[in-house]
Amino acid sequence: MKTDLTHKEHEEPGMPTATPTQAPHQDAPTGHSTAQGRVGGGLFDPRQLLRSLPDAFRKLDPRVMVKAPVMFVVEVGSVVTTVLAVKDPGDWFGWTIAVWLWLTVVFANLAEAVAEGRGKAQADTLRKAKTDTVARRLTPDGGEERVPGTELRVGDLVVCEAGDVIPGDGDVAEGVASVDESAITGESAPVIRESGGDRSAVTGGTRVLSDRIVIKITTKPGETFIDRMINLVEGAARQKTPNEIALNILLASLTIVFLLAVVTLQPFAVYAGAEQSLIVLTALVVCLIPTTIGALLSAIGIAGMDRLVQRNVLAMSGRAVEAAGDVSTLLLDKTGTITLGNRQAAEFVPVKGVTAAEVAEAARLSSLADETPEGRSVVALANEEYGYGLSEGQAGAPAGAEWIAFTAQTRMSGVDIEGRKVRKGATGSVIAWVQERGGTVAEDARQLTDAIAQAGGTPLLVAVEDADGPRVLGVIHLKDVVKEGMRERFEELRRMGIKTVMITGDNPLTAKAIADEAGVDDFLAEATPEDKMALIKREQAGGKLVAMTGDGTNDAPALAQADVGVAMNTGTSAAKEAGNMVDLDSDPTKLIEIVEIGKQLLITRGALTTFSIANDVAKYFAIIPAMFAVAYPSLDKLNIMGLASPQSAILSAVVFNALIIIALVPLALKGVRYRPTSADTMLRRNLGVYGLGGLIAPFIGIKLIDLLLSTIPGIG
Amino acid sequence: MSPELAGALQLLALIAALALSYRPLGDYMARVYSSERHLRLERWMYKAIGAHPDVQMRWPAYLRGILAFSAASLLFLYGLQRLQHGLPGSLGFRAIDPDQAFNTAASFVANTNWQSYYGEQAMGHAVQTAGLAVQNFVSAAVGMAVAVALVRGFARSRTGELGNFWADLVRGTVRVLLPIAVVGAMVLVACGAIQNFAGIHEVGRFTGGTQDWNGGAVASQEVIKELGTNGGGYFNANSAHPFENPNGVSNLFEIFLILLIPTALTRTFGRMVGNLRQGYAILATMATIWVTFTVLMMWTEFAHHGPALEAAGGAMEGKETRFGIGASSIFAVTTTLTSTGAVDSFHSSYTGFGGGITMLGMMLGEIAPGGVGSGLYGMLIMAIIAVFIAGLMVGRTPEYLGKKIGTREIKLAACYILITPALVLCFTAAAMALPTPGDSMTNSGAHGFSEILYAYTSGANNNGSAFAGLNADTQWFNTTIGLVMLLGRFLPMVFVLALAGSLAEQRPVPSTAGTLRTEKPLFTGLLVGTIMIITGLTYFPALALGPMAEGLAA
Repeated sequence: MKTDLTHKEHEEPGMPTATPTQAPHQDAPTGHSTAQGRVGGGLFDPRQLLRSLPDAFRKLDPRVMVKAPVMFVVEVGSVVTTVLAVKDPGDWFGWTIAVWLWLTVVFANLAEAVAEGRGKAQADTLRKAKTDTVARRLTPDGGEERVPGTELRVGDLVVCEAGDVIPGDGDVAEGVASVDESAITGESAPVIRESGGDRSAVTGGTRVLSDRIVIKITTKPGETFIDRMINLVEGAARQKTPNEIALNILLASLTIVFLLAVVTLQPFAVYAGAEQSLIVLTALVVCLIPTTIGALLSAIGIAGMDRLVQRNVLAMSGRAVEAAGDVSTLLLDKTGTITLGNRQAAEFVPVKGVTAAEVAEAARLSSLADETPEGRSVVALANEEYGYGLSEGQAGAPAGAEWIAFTAQTRMSGVDIEGRKVRKGATGSVIAWVQERGGTVAEDARQLTDAIAQAGGTPLLVAVEDADGPRVLGVIHLKDVVKEGMRERFEELRRMGIKTVMITGDNPLTAKAIADEAGVDDFLAEATPEDKMALIKREQAGGKLVAMTGDGTNDAPALAQADVGVAMNTGTSAAKEAGNMVDLDSDPTKLIEIVEIGKQLLITRGALTTFSIANDVAKYFAIIPAMFAVAYPSLDKLNIMGLASPQSAILSAVVFNALIIIALVPLALKGVRYRPTSADTMLRRNLGVYGLGGLIAPFIGIKLIDLLLSTIPGIG
Repeated sequence: MSPELAGALQLLALIAALALSYRPLGDYMARVYSSERHLRLERWMYKAIGAHPDVQMRWPAYLRGILAFSAASLLFLYGLQRLQHGLPGSLGFRAIDPDQAFNTAASFVANTNWQSYYGEQAMGHAVQTAGLAVQNFVSAAVGMAVAVALVRGFARSRTGELGNFWADLVRGTVRVLLPIAVVGAMVLVACGAIQNFAGIHEVGRFTGGTQDWNGGAVASQEVIKELGTNGGGYFNANSAHPFENPNGVSNLFEIFLILLIPTALTRTFGRMVGNLRQGYAILATMATIWVTFTVLMMWTEFAHHGPALEAAGGAMEGKETRFGIGASSIFAVTTTLTSTGAVDSFHSSYTGFGGGITMLGMMLGEIAPGGVGSGLYGMLIMAIIAVFIAGLMVGRTPEYLGKKIGTREIKLAACYILITPALVLCFTAAAMALPTPGDSMTNSGAHGFSEILYAYTSGANNNGSAFAGLNADTQWFNTTIGLVMLLGRFLPMVFVLALAGSLAEQRPVPSTAGTLRTEKPLFTGLLVGTIMIITGLTYFPALALGPMAEGLAA
């Protein structure tokens, strides 16, 4: 019996195979509720701040800082003010400004260090799995040699037996084994890995629990999946994403504009008779340049990747996470994503002159030997509706029965008891069986099967040969069961402007029925890998970004073509290589969450940028009157916050500017609240919170800090 | 009727007139720039300059066309002034000095029309009509061409082609500016503006003495001065002079002419990108700023405190009694929110806040509605910045009109918004730091500083109006302002065209429910906010030390 479910989808309708034992995602059960899964934040523990402090100081190295131009300017400002303070050690104001500027830089580094720190723990766990292994390599002459895992080359064949740690990434070339992949997925239930088919990939660092397999190594040591995972979660492989680069450019140009505004201010001030100290000018620059977003930008990106990691999804590039936010077409496999993995018996329909109970009895009897989920569902339905004993299995059946198990060749299962032969199976096969025996097929059997197929179901015929001769009794209606909550989910996606396309091997009629029931926008029936590829290219030609999941080798080209290609960890290495994300839980529904995480990342970035820029207004109102009210007393009217003194006004602005970074670290790490709604609603809400909030918050914050500061003697 | 009511009614009349002309003119311009036909007159012109109007240009070629044309114009205008003494109709005026000739040539080629000369005492008929008036047409047409190229960048996909500069230049002049100018000139003549080639002659007797004045093709130059948002007056007093702007009707008509093309171009934009509502959103942004500024200006000018001002019913100093405070305020805001720079009253005499409003209008980049063409492309750049910052908040990487705003696009837009503030602030700082430029100030204190800040703001933004106290005819100001005008005009064009090229190459992203709706009022609000914060805040310290210090003191 093959464990390849995806092929089932390509069978003709009306000839259900009911072969598989496993749905693709079932060998790695997910720990997440898929229907109601929401993008929430990770937890934020204030102690993380303290733990990351040493890293934050290490990042003060100018060679590191220069990569974040905004914060580099602040660091230069800190050095300048420190030098000035050292020259004039009695100037408490200079010292205080210097200290707070340094704190601003440290806080920014802290944000990044905390974000990185969350990946470190995960990396450590992974490292434990990556202990140096000794591989049993097969030599060309059929012998075996022991070599360190680090010396394996692509194409080597290695043997693993129960208890062995798999030395490197590869495909099973021979045999079948149960493998403990908990080191990577965190899921303790073992999974089956076998040669051929779509479940052949094994990962270095995982452990064989039973049996013996021969593995063909497909990755160089040091570039294995686990190595890449470690790099990813640690952020070592992190590269700035396109949008992050673009935002950095804009921030840098705003920094230049504000630098110019302040540098050129001195001649104006001199003319006005209010020459400013370099310390005050530096403080002004730091307050005006977009430090808040400059400080948090990198942390937001790392945290976004981390949110994926927490959902057991590895994004091979940050670009893919950003692309996820832009996706406008989702290709979803029907089975496992939209419907439960297996069809289930929903109804027994008799032909004329037969009762439903008779059909149920025969169907149950013929399915007792069918261990497929479909077969079991027939028994379960019959038991439920017609009250057969639950414990009654094959054992409880009359003695002398000859059981006929389901095979992919016969497409039928059944039993021969006391001269009575009962069969159930694919329409074609059962009709052939009846006709072979000289029986006739009831006229309405055809109509019944057609009606079921048109309604999106799968008909199985039940036939019997007894004293009355061979004949068809009725039809079992197998139904695809749409997962709960999917319709609402697709509704949300539609509101977000995302089109869902269901991919299925079913015929168009069946596909349409399920598509209607699930509420997807479109479907691709009788889909071949080529059809999928063509669909992706067609969508992309229209400027749309496409996301899909896949696991088979024949999915690989489509995965590579899609803008977001999520490979199932249970899939083949080819699929994992082609996609730009890997879902360790192998849960295709997660694609929707991935899109939401991508969007949340972008929203957080935009919200904090808006907040940061809107903050400037209040800072001007604090600092400008403080600088020039002496020269032009009228400018004191700009001091609408009523700040106590010029020094405390400037200091309050600088302190607010530093503290707001720390205050926003949790938001940067968790991401802003995200609900799937239309762009309009989302923009209105976020503009209100972060735009207006960004205008107003600093007025309040600066005033509060000023109130505190003015209680210190000598400032107020 | 109270002056306040008169002002409000004029404002309403103006808006009504603009609303009436918006659709026909906007659609007409869209047809002009999309048409594949050439008029016979145009064919002759292409032949004369050796241009092939049907060849599609990529952005570098388009830019080369602009720079070559403008460089030739610059040299021609410079030569014309330097040789004035030998030209017919020179009215006996001598050749213009090199630094002033450079300044004036740069000024008219850059659509700025900053004037460090007195028209009636320096420029004869030949230079005025064959030189300056011609530039009034073509420099405006260049601005419109760049705007149209950017719009094509949004409208086209998977091509780098932005149209043909020569065709756009000629069509803008022949089919848009010229016909309106002809009609407009007749209206102005009907109002009483002069149109002749008379020499210097006695025009009247005043308090015992006589006054001599020259004639000229004033109405025809006046109309294009406003229509092309140029602003260079035939006479020094500009639109305050009765020969240029005889009465209240002509005054309102001139304001109408200034706003006519820049507002209608938003319709052209909407038409060409295939979504009229996008054009309305841009227009709404422009209108919001323009109306707010006008109302604030009227308020500060009418309600200013002080015994003399209250006796006069408001700040009448520097304003013509035949226009009054209301019409003067509308004119002042309009001229500084566009790149016009024509004045019917003297900005230096406005209240502190009033002067500040004129400066802020220019500092915003003159985009509400801005100069012909330059207003539209400046506003579209700000829309890109706004989309980039806030667009992320809808959870998609930023896009505007279906085009992604990626690294390259934002780099070009960022360079664009850097140029003018850099020019204004650096040159003002240099002028304040150096010992001699300050001698040109008439006033001391905050107002003196405003004179210099205004001069460079006006130059870099290609406005051309002045805070009149400053004596700008010095080598320093002629040279630096000349440079600032050229850099402030042509450097941004480089980035706009590069951006247009980059946008045109993109494949458009289809709009979905997840797309930021840039045609909604919410976006208009967002855009206004972005403009005020990003460009406005840059100048906050400088404004504080000039107009704010002055305005708050009163």
